[in-house]
Parts: sequence; C-alpha cells; structure tokens
Amino acid sequence: MEERRYRAVSGASVALRCRQHSASCRELAVRGPRLQLRSLTAVTSAVWLAAYGLFVLSENCMVLSAAIFITLIGLIVYLHFVKIDQESLLVIGSLGIQVTSSYASGKESTTFIEMSQVKDVVINEAIHMQKVIYYLCILLQDPQDPQGVSEVVPLFQSSKPRLDCLMEVYKSCQEILEQRKTAPQSSGIK
Amino acid sequence: MVLKVFFPSCCSSAESGILIGRWISEQNSAVILAVVHFPFIPVQVKQYLSEVQQVTKIKVSVLGSWSNSKQEKEESLSKFLEDLGTIFSHKPWIQISKERDSKFWSCSTLQKQSNSPKEEEIILVYYDQRKVMLSYLHPPVDIATSTDCKADDASKLAAMFNTVANSKILFMTDRYDDGPIKLTHWQSDGVEASIIVELMKQASVPACMLLTFLLSLTSVICKSRMLKFWPLSFLWSKLSTCEQLGHRLQHLQVISSNKKAQNQIQLMRKANIFVSLLIDVALGILLMSWLYRKNRIGHLADTLIPVADHIAKELQDLLQWLMGAPAGLKMNRALDQVLGRFFLYHIHLWISYIHLMSPFIEMILWYVGLSACLGLTVALCILSDIIALLTFHIYCFYVYGARLYCLKIYGLSSLWRLFRGKKWNVLRQRVDSCSYDLDQLFIGTLLFTILLFLLPTTALYYLVFTLLRLLVVVVQGLIHLLVDLIDSLPLYSIILRLCRPYRLAAGVKFRVLEQKHGKPLRLLMQINPLSYGSVVQTYRLPTYSCYPKDSWTSLCKKLFFGELIYPWKHKGEKQD
Repeated sequence: MEERRYRAVSGASVALRCRQHSASCRELAVRGPRLQLRSLTAVTSAVWLAAYGLFVLSENCMVLSAAIFITLIGLIVYLHFVKIDQESLLVIGSLGIQVTSSYASGKESTTFIEMSQVKDVVINEAIHMQKVIYYLCILLQDPQDPQGVSEVVPLFQSSKPRLDCLMEVYKSCQEILEQRKTAPQSSGIK
Repeated sequence: MVLKVFFPSCCSSAESGILIGRWISEQNSAVILAVVHFPFIPVQVKQYLSEVQQVTKIKVSVLGSWSNSKQEKEESLSKFLEDLGTIFSHKPWIQISKERDSKFWSCSTLQKQSNSPKEEEIILVYYDQRKVMLSYLHPPVDIATSTDCKADDASKLAAMFNTVANSKILFMTDRYDDGPIKLTHWQSDGVEASIIVELMKQASVPACMLLTFLLSLTSVICKSRMLKFWPLSFLWSKLSTCEQLGHRLQHLQVISSNKKAQNQIQLMRKANIFVSLLIDVALGILLMSWLYRKNRIGHLADTLIPVADHIAKELQDLLQWLMGAPAGLKMNRALDQVLGRFFLYHIHLWISYIHLMSPFIEMILWYVGLSACLGLTVALCILSDIIALLTFHIYCFYVYGARLYCLKIYGLSSLWRLFRGKKWNVLRQRVDSCSYDLDQLFIGTLLFTILLFLLPTTALYYLVFTLLRLLVVVVQGLIHLLVDLIDSLPLYSIILRLCRPYRLAAGVKFRVLEQKHGKPLRLLMQINPLSYGSVVQTYRLPTYSCYPKDSWTSLCKKLFFGELIYPWKHKGEKQD
C-alpha cells in the first residue's frame, strides 16, 4: 500500500493511495482536500454579520434564529450531499469495476460496472471553462454494436487530479484489463 | 480464467459435507446454494437434485466438497473428499476447507484433464442468501431474450440472482425434517413464516370475491341505458369527479381480480394501488370528520352564496369600468354600451339562478360532503367542479369574447387581403392575386375600416375575460395536479425502499475483506439499493390526464387569433 501526493486541476493537493489485494484486484483511491476550518468560519461569520445587520434594521429577533437555522441546515446539506472526501476505484479482474464516492458525512455512493460491459478505460481531454483538462473515463460497450460505445462514465469528477496522477491510475487499470484479453478460453463459448 | 465461487455466508459455520449449486460455465463461476451433510447415499442425492431441477428449471448439481474441521487436517479425510469427486463427476471439482476458526479458507480445484498446469486464481464472494433471494434487480433482464445464452453472458449478476431466487424449493426443508438428505442453507434453522401473512392470504379470497361481485353490480348500474341520455352523458363527461370515480373503479377491479400476479412488476403495481386507495380513503375520512365537526360544512354553505354575490358584484364593477374609459383608452361608445349591457344582463340572470337555489345549497352540500369518504381525491375533484360551476359565467363571457374577437380577426385578415388585391385560394391553400370589381373593392374597404376601428373595444373585452378565465384554469389545474400526485405516487414501493432496501436492488457493491497471501481473494457482496427517484419513476401508476402538449408559442398564437383553448385535456376525449 503506497500513498503519493499529486496536484489537482485547481491547484489543491490530492493524495493517491494504491492497494493491491491480489493478482487481479486493485484499489485506487484519490483523496481530496478536507474541509478547511478557515473557510467554514469565514462563511458562518459572513452569514451571521448579514443577519445581525438585518436585525438592527428590522428589530425582529426571528432574523437571528433564522440565520442560525440556515447555517446549520446549510452545513449538514453541504457535508452530506456536496463535499466529496474520497473517490475510489476498485478493479476486480473478470468481475468488474466499482466506483465509490465517500462524502464528508460518511455517506458512500457506489456504482458497480460488470466487466462484460466495460470496453476500455481511457484518458480523455475536455475543454472546461478556459482550461483544457484531462480526465479518466470508462467506456461502456454497446450491446448491439461490438465496435460502438454506448456510454462514457467519467471518474474522479470532484477531485480532478492532473495528468501525472491519472497516468498512474491508467497504468494500473490497464494491467488488470489486459488479463481478460490474454485469459485462455476455458469453454468454447464467447 | 479466474474461477469465481459465490458462497452463502450462512453456510460458513456448517459441518463438513458436499456443496450443491449451479455452475455457470460461460462465466466460470459457481453459485453455491446449500451444503449436504454426511452421511448420505449418493443415489438419493442425485435423485433429489433431479427432482429439484425439474421443479425449478435450474441445473442444480454437486459442485464440490466442504470441510470444516475443528481438529488438525486429516489425510484420510482429504482423500475421501477427492474420491467423492469421482462419484459426482463434475468438472471442475471445487474443494473448500476451513481450519478451526480461521478466517482464511483454502480453496482448490481438481481438473481432470487440465491443459495448463498452473493454478488458476480463485475469488471467493460471500453473499447474504436471504437478501439475494428476496431482492429484485433493476433494470430487469427480459425473459424473452434470455433464451439464447448471450443474455447469461451479458449479465452475470442477473444470472446469479435468478439462480438464488428460483431455488426457493431447495430452501423449504429445515433440519427438523426427517429426510434422507440433511441440508444447510439460510432457512435450515427453521422455516420462516408469518401468521399475519397467512391469515391475510386466507381472508383475501372471500374478500376479493365479494369485491368483484359489488364491482360488477356497480358497473351494470353505470352502463344502464338510463344514464346514457344526451344531457346526462354530456354532464358526466364534463365533471372531473366522474372521471376520478371511474379511475378508482378501474383500480379496484385490478386489485380484486382472482389471477395471481405474473411477475414482480404486476405484484408491485397491485400493492401500490392497494396502499394508495387505503391512504386516499383514510385521508378522505379524516377530512370528512374535520368538516362535520362543529358544523363547519354549514358555515361553508352559508358563505358560498355571499362569495358568489361578491364575485358577481366585482364583475359588474369591472364591466362599468370597461364601459367608461378604462385605463384612459377611448372606446367606441355604441359597441361598448351594447357589449357591456349584454354581459351585465347575463350576470343578472346568473345571480337570480343562484338566489333561487340558495335554500337548497346547505342540504346539497351536506350530502355531497359525505362523498368525501370515498377518498381525498374525490373530495378535491368535487371542489374543482364546484369552482367550475360557480365561475360558469366567466367561462361564458370568455367564449363570447373569444368568438367575437376571432370573427373580427378573420374578417380583418380577409379584407386586408382584398385591400391589397389578393385572395385566399382554398383549393391550393395559398394566397393568390385576384382582380376585384370597383364596387367589391369599395364595400370591402369600408367594412375593413369599420372592423379596424372597432378592434380596440373588442380586443379589450377579450383580453379582460381571457385573463379571468386563465386565472380560474390555473386554480383548477393546481387542484388536478394534486389529485394526480395522490393517484400516481407509488407509496408501497417508497415504504419498501425505506424499510427493506435490499428488496429493490439497483446493483451490487463489493467490499474487499482481509486478505492473506496464498489464500484466495475474499470479497463481500452487498446489495446496492435503488435511489428514491428511480423507485418513483419505475413504479409510477399511470393516470388518466395528459398535460398540455401545446408549447408556449402555440398557446400564444392561439390566444392572439382568438381560438378557444382547452388546456387540460383528458385521455380518451376527442380533440376539438
């Protein structure tokens, strides 16, 4: 198990952790920056100052309690639905690829893609605002057309690591995906 | 290729024996369903398996051996287990052994004619048998397409879930049964059953028969000739309460039918309709008890006539304003007076009728309020119908204004073409040039001028009444939206997703357990439940109303040309 630090597209520091469980099973996790106390304090103070200003103008106590309520609810919603702490990729040769996002509140949202649906894992370029960024994605097979791609599943959407990190992940995935091409045909069907 | 063994977690502590399950050769995976313990007679085991195969249509066979030894591994036992492989010839023969209480099991395969001498990798996947058996995978693999083996290839998980779900009969025997075969599976400690479910199953048969009888009686009455005469049939088609009652009757017919549900989707549909009806009636009775307490319905009836009077008075004030100089615009006096007086007389008639009915209003409302016990949706539909009846004069004014305006616009466009020397060719559906006589041109231009200068007056009346009509339509639309929501929400599916999330599966998720070098890879397979949005989308009940297909541009165009708009159309109504 090894952990290396890389940079994300936005300049923040991300950590890549690579674990090999067996010859055909690997787990790659990218951890983004944690919630900073600085930004949390700044947002809370701004909201409360605005509420206090409104209170001074309107002489209504409800404004203050509403501000506290809004801050609490906003923080809970942000931690549970918005802030992604870690995105991981579990590649199990001959079973499939599992993509997990863990939120700051502990919630985990998982998707499992079976190996028969996976065509390939590639690094794509995209124009995002004024930048050109690289992102890793899984190409899904079109059941009717063996050469076609039915869907593109982008990975590491919220941590957005840079090309050097993506190349590590790409190499690890390709090593396992190659095994299914070189696997001996045990039964005549396929 | 990698060998995948799906092992039920309930069999982890079972005694030694042989493993039975299904071997899926295209995916090189073995789904283990149960463990058969020693002592057994191989012939009896084979006979039992063929019986199971006949009932479940799944190729259940002996896949390997399982040894759970509390003491040190004995050489003779391993030889015995290998010999079993020759009795139950299965390729490959899987041998799983667990030592004492170690977490890490050793798993090996015995290939008779193996081309490659190297060991193939084995992945051990633990699964919760009960949850996998009860769960339903979304999106479902079509049974029709699974006749060719490509479908098995396409989704390994669907094949695995299918295997466990269809092997229910295998799990019906427990260890207290006196049979020649002793199995271990998730129900082997005692078959689960619920008294409430059994009682409900017994009670449902006579209840369904009674309901079917009542429904057939009701439908005979509804279809009788008496109710089909012209004024009544027109009335039934316009009232939304009748539509809603018909819809609910249809639902009741679905529930009370004797046929068992063919597949999961039909079963969920029936359950959703049942729960929806129950909640609807419960809310309706709640509303009724609230209305009839403290004679609230009497107060409602008392305020109804003053509200109608108030609306009429406001309309009269509006018309007086239009007859004067509304918003500083100068109207054509004669036309203004004619239209204004016509509409005022109409309101006067309407108020007289309402006052005629006023002694009976309270009694009618009292009896109509009783029908709220049929459901909250019926009560809301009655409210919408009452609003439609009370604002009937607004609807009439809108129709008069729209027709007048429409005639004017068509007349103006036709005379404008004459003014320019053109004509509409009906045969070719296009505008052609045409030479008119002098007197035709003279009359045409005169009429054109008259219509043009009368346009502002008519347009203003049309605008005012259209806005009022749209207001009423919006209020009615909101009520219908609420009714549709109650009708189509799949409450049973949502509650199932909340309380038993493993029943509705979007997929699976794997968790890697502790590994030890040299031992097979251990994974735990858990069920990934469907999200609430997908649950509502998949199991939504169909409703009878379709929302307006007109886009905003076509709606504006219709308004501009004065065509009548019918925003809320019901399915089955002829398009006007």
